[in-house]
Amino acid sequence: MNSIRFLYAAYVATWLIHAIYLGSLVRRYGLLRQRLKEISKK
Amino acid sequence: MKRLFPILAVLTALLLVFALYQALVVAPTERTMGDVQRIFYYHVPSAWTAFLLFLVNLVASVVYLVKRNPIADALAVVSAEVGVVFCTVVLVTGPIWARPVWGIWWTWDIRLTSTLVLWLIYVSYLMLRRFSDSAQTPVLAAALAIFGALDVPLVYFSIWYFRTQHPQPVIGGGGSIDPRMLRVLMINWMAFLCFAFLMCWSRYRLETLHREVEEAEALETLLDVR
Repeated sequence: MNSIRFLYAAYVATWLIHAIYLGSLVRRYGLLRQRLKEISKK
Repeated sequence: MKRLFPILAVLTALLLVFALYQALVVAPTERTMGDVQRIFYYHVPSAWTAFLLFLVNLVASVVYLVKRNPIADALAVVSAEVGVVFCTVVLVTGPIWARPVWGIWWTWDIRLTSTLVLWLIYVSYLMLRRFSDSAQTPVLAAALAIFGALDVPLVYFSIWYFRTQHPQPVIGGGGSIDPRMLRVLMINWMAFLCFAFLMCWSRYRLETLHREVEEAEALETLLDVR
């Protein structure tokens, strides 16, 4: 059974999901910081 | 606190690398499935972590319903969101394992279906939180979270009480596991728990900031009206 590619696919998929989520956290944090700055400038 | 987070992040990264090495190199190769069985070291700890986060969500939701505590409400959102991420890992790695072992990506088996339903319930919970502006949203979400949590024992015990294609539980329930595999499984679970804790910490900071922005916007609107 040539299963090694399925093993790598599962591990890569896991870290891809986590990376996408962490990226979304960073992006949302940046947007909120920017919005807070805009409000405090007014 | 600001110094603690990067220290914990580095320690968690080291633990995750160590756990990966244990899963890919140290753990013995399973006799019938071969190397593909090593998916188990990511699949099972992700499922346990998701269950734990959904339990946190349940407790926080009940506390919010009883005390109307905003910290409990924030914890409920945070645990649900991170729980959905881990549940997504479970739903992705499961079929990747099933394809070479069962010959199919998916079957409407009770364990698989109830896990998908669990994921859908918490995705709807997050959508409710995201798109509803009503003041009643936290209360409705907390009630939905209680119903969602009812699915967790169904998912967990489904392989104990129903005929299913899914492998039997490795701990309790009649299943068994090589002690070396169990050790690697526990190391990976510890690593994922630490990682989930840091993700929750980051998401909690985001939630706090989000509430600050909401308050500032409300104040801005009030000043504009005057």
